[in-house]
Amino acid sequence: MAEAALRTLPFDKNRALQWLHTYGVYAGVGALLVVNSVITPHFLSAENFRTQAVQVAPVIIVALGMALVIGTEGVDLSVGAVMALAASVTALYLGYGLLPALLAVALFAAGVGLANGALVAVIGVQPIVATLALMVGGRGLALVLLPQLKDLRNPALASLGSGDVLGVPYLILIAAGLALLVAFVVRRTTFGRQLLAVGDSRPAAQLAGLPVRRVLIVVYVVSALLAAVAGVLATARLQASDPTSLGNLMELSAITAVVVGGTPLTGGRVNIAGTVAGAVLIQLLTATLIKHDLPPSWTQIAQAVVIVAAVYAARGRGKR
Amino acid sequence: MAPTAEVLAVRGLSKTFPGVRALDDVDLTLHAGEVHALIGENGAGKSTLIKLLTGVYRPDGGEVVFQGRAVSFATPLEAQKAGISTIYQEVNLIPLLSVARNLFLGREPRNRLGLLDMTRMNQQAEETLRTYGVRVDVRRPLRTLGVGAQQMVALARAVATDARIVIMDEPTSSLEPREVETLFTVIRRLRDAGIAVVYVSHRLDELYAVCDTVTVLRDGRRVHHGDLSRLDRLSLVSTMLGRDLGEVRTEGLTKFTGAHSATDTEPVLEARELTAPHQLHDVSLTIRPGEVVGLGGLLGSGRTETAKAIAGALPTRSGTVTVAGVPLRTGSTPAALRAGISLLPEDRKSEGIVPGLSVRENIALAVLPRLSRFGLVSESRVDAVVDTFIQRLRIKASSPQQKVGELSGGNQQKVLLARWLAMHPKVLLLDEPTRGIDVGAKAEVQKLVDELAADSLGVLLISSDLEELIEGSDRVVVLKDGAVVGELTGSDVTEEKLMRAIAGDAPARDTREEDAADG
Repeated sequence: MAEAALRTLPFDKNRALQWLHTYGVYAGVGALLVVNSVITPHFLSAENFRTQAVQVAPVIIVALGMALVIGTEGVDLSVGAVMALAASVTALYLGYGLLPALLAVALFAAGVGLANGALVAVIGVQPIVATLALMVGGRGLALVLLPQLKDLRNPALASLGSGDVLGVPYLILIAAGLALLVAFVVRRTTFGRQLLAVGDSRPAAQLAGLPVRRVLIVVYVVSALLAAVAGVLATARLQASDPTSLGNLMELSAITAVVVGGTPLTGGRVNIAGTVAGAVLIQLLTATLIKHDLPPSWTQIAQAVVIVAAVYAARGRGKR
Repeated sequence: MAPTAEVLAVRGLSKTFPGVRALDDVDLTLHAGEVHALIGENGAGKSTLIKLLTGVYRPDGGEVVFQGRAVSFATPLEAQKAGISTIYQEVNLIPLLSVARNLFLGREPRNRLGLLDMTRMNQQAEETLRTYGVRVDVRRPLRTLGVGAQQMVALARAVATDARIVIMDEPTSSLEPREVETLFTVIRRLRDAGIAVVYVSHRLDELYAVCDTVTVLRDGRRVHHGDLSRLDRLSLVSTMLGRDLGEVRTEGLTKFTGAHSATDTEPVLEARELTAPHQLHDVSLTIRPGEVVGLGGLLGSGRTETAKAIAGALPTRSGTVTVAGVPLRTGSTPAALRAGISLLPEDRKSEGIVPGLSVRENIALAVLPRLSRFGLVSESRVDAVVDTFIQRLRIKASSPQQKVGELSGGNQQKVLLARWLAMHPKVLLLDEPTRGIDVGAKAEVQKLVDELAADSLGVLLISSDLEELIEGSDRVVVLKDGAVVGELTGSDVTEEKLMRAIAGDAPARDTREEDAADG
């Protein structure tokens, strides 16, 4: 009997890992929702859902760009710094009105993305090193532009941060819209297909005549632009520009969301729905522990467990 | 050569990898002071044999007797310590350490306090290296030296560590002619010192210049061994390629019909004097519409490099490519593709397919921009193209959505052919199109090549299968050491003449010799 169990075990294990890899993140979100509705008071309220969603929106937006970068077998560590840069630039140019300020933010972010992309695609620097440089330099620049926290009193910006349509905050609408847009780009555009091919097999993509450099550069620019959107939205919600701490460790939250969502770090696949669910899963996990007055260190340990589980499931799948 | 002590006796060595008998019952004997050529085409088992001797792999059967004792090395380090050193194409030293440190790594001279005696080390290193023709500041980091000099350091190190056998795996592939001469001097000195040398190379000139004995491997078996001087070049090539000289075939087993309507129209492709350092020397060739031009030569003769240079995938130092009279910017695959050149790469798995994407995505990969509007893919147009080629090439997949990595080799190759045919190319470069695919798919691919030529496509066919090359091509351009050494046309396209050209027997133009004469 033990023998029979042993013989069937590897097969079942692979199946289980496969299932965990594909649906684990959604199952995790579902389980947390069910558990919380039972054990957490006032969990099932519109107010609570709105709070959770508003908190997770910036992470989702950054993770969308991160998923694209990881799809090309890269990584973008500079996203948190870009958020800080967006905050500084917003504060600097808000005097000219919201739209000019947003334009300036977009230019700065595109500059960072171009620098990342050029380092990776043209010079051939490893993504982790190239974006590490911009992570340090970007935050430095943000602090040069605006050395300390500054309150922003601009009605247009304030309404961007706290306004809503039929009770749904702009933040959530923007995050959802961007998620749909990025998913569409991955599935239906030439760029999306080329991105996956570049991530899966760079030599084959090169020999197939794909514009490999252009694809890589655009991916890093898009990642920076999405991080800038998240930075502006976070600033709008705070009604203050905080280049010192805004976006701190955001790169790690975004990578976590992407990995937990089932996008492999080896490139060639991008799972946008999974990435959104991954961000939501981490958010719910954190909220659950906080609401039950557990210390923050528990949250970190719980996150670690989720990450390891996700990577383990992905490994089992990758071996197939 | 006087009979000398046997250093190595390999008997009945075998190694099987999943699905492949890589080495089958191979014997090899090495004597002290013998320079032994080990040759064979791709997949013949040379590298497997070397890896078994040096402890990278463990044999499945057979024995290795080294200096009278049966040995079984678990790691390359053990083999090296016992006295079997290997010089690889890529130098396996530590690039950032100084030349002297590399030379003495692990056996550095020490002073009375047990510290490194740098003065003595540098002095000794300089003396040693001078005998190898390397005159450099030994305090410089190794990586600042040229590849040739680095290889000499590796060699000096091997000899200094009391090697009894030195295995050289294509040592000259990145050396200048002058450095090759130095290497030969060193090899002769090793021979005189009683060291056995195993020399792996595809360059026949070098083999005859420096080797005494030869072992020819084919398909994992030893098919010939003996004195090299008793085997002329033509016999060597025919043994290596598995072709009996007496065997004259007029009709073969391939599916090629042979004659194409190669007309005297303007060439669709004209490559002129393509040169890439260490790889190509003034390679020129033309292809007319409806013509299949074969590219013959041994492994490492520059066939793949020529195809890649034409397709913009290999940086060239000089030379031009014209497509239908229009000059092409070299060194850019997108530009070549736009001009109508498609390359089916030799290494299907790592340079051809995108394994994680579906059959559909793989077929549409290159043509995608043409099936899109404003960057949006038209799924219906993609489906139309994909369905057409799945039917036309009879690609067997469970559905167009199946991952291409899960298909058989033959079907993967058809997917790649579909990818290129969807581009409606003017010139198709096929690098080993039938290698590693089953017989049925092979016949289909060969038939397809004929059909394409009939549709007045220009085709460049690279194949290590002589029969395929002869029967499929209207004309064969022969390469040797990265240069064109001959061209066979019309009734001259026969196996024997091809092998003569490859061996360098035929009175063919040899651009390298002309260069040397000029210089």
